[in-house]
Amino acid sequence: MHELGIVFHIIKTIEDVAAEQNLTRVSKVVLEVGEVSAVIPEYLQDCWQWACRRSPLMNGSVLQNEIIPAVTYCESCGKTYETVKHAKVCPHCGSEQTYLLEGNGVQIREIEAE
Amino acid sequence: MKTIKLNASVTASNDRDADALRARLNRDGKLLVNVMSSAGSGKTTLLSAIIRDLPQIRFGVMEADIESDVDAQRIDALGAKAIQVHTSGMCHMDAGMTTAAYDALEADDAELLFLENVGNLICPAEYDTGAQVNLMILSVPEGDDKPLKYPLMFQKSDVLVISKTDALPYFSFDLSKCSQRVLHLNPKIRIFPVSAKTGDGMQALEAWLIEQLNRIRTNQNHPLNGWFAPAL
Ligand SMILES: Nc1nc2c(ncn2[C@@H]2O[C@H](COP(=O)(O)OP(=O)(O)OP(=O)(O)O)[C@@H](O)[C@H]2O)c(=O)[nH]1
Ligand SMILES: [Mg+2]
Ligand SMILES: [Zn+2]
Ligand SMILES: [Zn+2]
Repeated sequence: MHELGIVFHIIKTIEDVAAEQNLTRVSKVVLEVGEVSAVIPEYLQDCWQWACRRSPLMNGSVLQNEIIPAVTYCESCGKTYETVKHAKVCPHCGSEQTYLLEGNGVQIREIEAE
Repeated sequence: MKTIKLNASVTASNDRDADALRARLNRDGKLLVNVMSSAGSGKTTLLSAIIRDLPQIRFGVMEADIESDVDAQRIDALGAKAIQVHTSGMCHMDAGMTTAAYDALEADDAELLFLENVGNLICPAEYDTGAQVNLMILSVPEGDDKPLKYPLMFQKSDVLVISKTDALPYFSFDLSKCSQRVLHLNPKIRIFPVSAKTGDGMQALEAWLIEQLNRIRTNQNHPLNGWFAPAL
């Protein structure tokens, strides 16, 4: 499953940070999940509990998902619009010369740790 | 308890592993090609044809599959070195798994290595495996609209192989429209239409692969090798 791989990578990244900064316990992780990132937040939560139980550093930590709306930019008229509503075609001018500005990534925003 | 701002990509640790593997492959003088496509688009058939066409080259193949062994057996039957990597449910290969597979292959004398990634057009594009070349296959029966539906895969690939061109008469696949769409997403991509069945177009693809392999070999003894990846 795709989400499990992402959870492993998040934990690994945080373990690296913890080693650098001498952290021993992480109680919360805030994740920014793009609206069109191909990641399903509910699935993330499911694997999160399971994966964290295997890491002393992460055990019991809470995952908070912040959804980042997807925004598309239109090269023809210079305006932006909601990707999910209108997909590739600009609702302002009908152009298809558009590209995604944000909302397809997954980022670790911050952690709470001691 | 304190709050630590990270703003780190979730694939940050993977990117580091991938760069390390790429540097190692460059030092070892081996070319690793990451082969991505949807299930059944002809990955194993294409690799088998390349191996058969180029007896002068020593191949190593890592077959990633969620469960089965059949693809590795097909490659093995051709006399090339092959291993099966079970991803235990995971739908893509990451750099850590690829490094483990490279170790397990023990490809001391193999020079051209292929990683047959798990068959899907979505997440393999998001994970750098450490390969020097990303090659994707789009087969004619899948349709020429795939670049519109899965743009990331086309953006991340160095090479697009349009496979099963012998089936063009039976499908409404517009080769030039497809190429246009792909080049719009990725102007640097190389496009090779081929049929592994008839052998059509295979020579151009094979010549390109050999050129990349030679480039890696030439760079192998470069003093800066291992520190930078040769640009393709
Ligand atoms: N007509 C035609 N059929 C092909 C060609 N290449 C592959 N096929 C057929 O496509 C089917 C799938 O081929 P594979 O090589 O197993 O595809 P794959 O991408 O490795 O499949 P998975 O590993 O299961 O994802 C087989 O029935 C092949 O015979 C081709 O060039 N022309
Ligand atoms: Mg296969
Ligand atoms: Zn995946
Ligand atoms: Zn517009």
